[in-house]
Amino acid sequence: MLPLSATPALALNDVSKRYGRRWALARLTYALPAGRSLLLTGHNGSGKTTLLRLLATALSPTAGRVEVLGRDAVVERDAVRRDVALLSHASFLYEDLTAHQNLTVLARLLGLPSPEDAANAGLTRVGLGRRSDSPVRSFSAGMRKRLAIARLLLKAPALALLDEPFGELDPAGIRDMEGIIAELKASGVTVILATHLIEQGLTLCEERLHLQEGRAVSA
Amino acid sequence: MSTPRPRPIGLLTATLALLRKDLLIEWRTRARLNAIIFFALATLLMFSFALGPDTKLLEKNAGGYFWLAILFASVLALGESFRVESENACMDGIRLAPADARAIFLSKALGNTLLLTALGALLVPVMVALYGVQIVTGAVDLGLILVLGSLALSAPGTVYAAISSNARARDVLLPLLLFPLVIPALLSAAKATTLVLQGDPMNQFGSWVGLLGGFNLIYWGVGFLLFPRIIED
Amino acid sequence: MGKFIKWGLPALSLVVLAAGWWLGLAWAPPDREMGDVQRIMYVHVPLQWMAMVAMAINFVAAVTYLMKASWKLDAAAEASAEIGLVLGTAGMITGAIWGRPTWGVYWSWDPRLTSEAIMLVTYTGYLVLRRFVEDPDKRATWSAVVAIIGAINLPIVWFSVRWWRSLHQVQSTPKTVDPEMTLALRVSAFGMLFLTLWFLVQRYRQALAERQAEVALPDALPPDLAAAGGANSTRVA
Repeated sequence: MLPLSATPALALNDVSKRYGRRWALARLTYALPAGRSLLLTGHNGSGKTTLLRLLATALSPTAGRVEVLGRDAVVERDAVRRDVALLSHASFLYEDLTAHQNLTVLARLLGLPSPEDAANAGLTRVGLGRRSDSPVRSFSAGMRKRLAIARLLLKAPALALLDEPFGELDPAGIRDMEGIIAELKASGVTVILATHLIEQGLTLCEERLHLQEGRAVSA
Repeated sequence: MSTPRPRPIGLLTATLALLRKDLLIEWRTRARLNAIIFFALATLLMFSFALGPDTKLLEKNAGGYFWLAILFASVLALGESFRVESENACMDGIRLAPADARAIFLSKALGNTLLLTALGALLVPVMVALYGVQIVTGAVDLGLILVLGSLALSAPGTVYAAISSNARARDVLLPLLLFPLVIPALLSAAKATTLVLQGDPMNQFGSWVGLLGGFNLIYWGVGFLLFPRIIED
Repeated sequence: MGKFIKWGLPALSLVVLAAGWWLGLAWAPPDREMGDVQRIMYVHVPLQWMAMVAMAINFVAAVTYLMKASWKLDAAAEASAEIGLVLGTAGMITGAIWGRPTWGVYWSWDPRLTSEAIMLVTYTGYLVLRRFVEDPDKRATWSAVVAIIGAINLPIVWFSVRWWRSLHQVQSTPKTVDPEMTLALRVSAFGMLFLTLWFLVQRYRQALAERQAEVALPDALPPDLAAAGGANSTRVA
């Protein structure tokens, strides 16, 4: 049982997000204690991606307050961004650059002391060491996923937001991904996992939040 | 082994890192760049044909044609610059690093300026050959106008390209928004270039440079301030 | 107030405008140099002034929107840009009609005329942008940015063209100071002002209604489900 004074990993207070006419998230209130990983489930369009993007500060809420690792996601946006990493449907990869170049760009933006070395280490960690100088355009779906993970790991985030990480992966890829997620958890990273693969999700995560039309409901 | 944690980096460092990235992408996709250059060359040629064989006329107006060619090319270049960021939501990836939105503006606008300046430099000999002009007051003057004019097109162009890349009919929207805006810059650059090519007996060059400079100050400032509102939600 | 705007304002504007135009078209003396043709000024000048008023409203609405977002400001910006564009176009056309018999040209490159033409193109671009952005929040923010940049451009254009033109022969607009003409002009201007205000209010209301149809009513949040019996959060041990 965690001490009550521990800052929750995230705290949503009456959060709503609207796109045009549609409320993607509607008056959501939820808190995730530190050190617990969360499984986010729900049909397509239930608000999972919106919630993850909100936590990543890619979006700001239409109403309500979003706190990530004790900081207001709107007021202290840059600080939150430094501690949080998002693995999205889109890969964030420049097709025309090599794997190494993609990571080096990020490493520079992160202010890492030796960007090129950090990129090398990152590539090795996800098993892309030998494809370091190939353009991303030549990569398969699985390799892109691994490179996207490498991007995430480069940040050494305190909170990892994974939006359908198992998508487009073959069974071997899925196992690898599970391994990476377990590693993240072991190193103290809070993981929020949105996935349709409920079985894997329940194995990996302690908490669960099920969304339906932007609201939290029992699964 | 502890992984180094991200540190905040300054605006200048971020701008340079992003500029480096953009130049690297442009280099790796040189075919696209070549296409833009050929487009500008073709535009200069088209003017010759459309406006007739009267060489006196072509010579007198060469400065104007030159800058029109650069303007049209800039629309293509700006569109491409942001198309690269739309693919795979790279702009989000950069933004969330975190990277200061203002650094994104500066890097995009500077990158485009470099491209247009290089393009202009390539077009000068073609202009000299096609329109029979001479560089009367000096290459330094011409270079100065080239840089100032490219800066002037790139700052507002970057703001508008960011907007139009996310809207429908983006290829139409960018020129529609940009053209009326850059009229003062186009006017000044064309006039100043004409003075360089035809001679400047009344010493008006300085005033046009001043106008271009003022335009740049205003629009780089405005772009710097307003760009974050465009890419952040 | 509502009744006044709906009936009183258009009635007032028509009356004042009719008075102003009677004064201008029938009562005021013809211009010494240009003759009766000059009377179109009583239509043309108020149109130009009102176009500028509308554009000023657009600029203020845009700046204020970026400081504090509100659908009312966005609706005001849209309405004023559209009305301003219509008035400005009518102003340009009447100007051309005036110009032809007076100076022999429909158009000249003087700073005011050129700035006005660029203003019309700028705001056309603004309205086209609004059409082509689907998300209402982004549409409001981006069009506010475009409006501000476009408005800043106008004095720059004016100054550039003035400088550009000073290198050639410039034809200046003669000024008439006949007191009867001034009165007729003032009355016409007021009439046009009331008419413009009426157009603005009507268009503003329409824009606001469109906004409200697009998004849920401003500041309205979806009803809390807790009251209806659903759990608001769930934890799995």
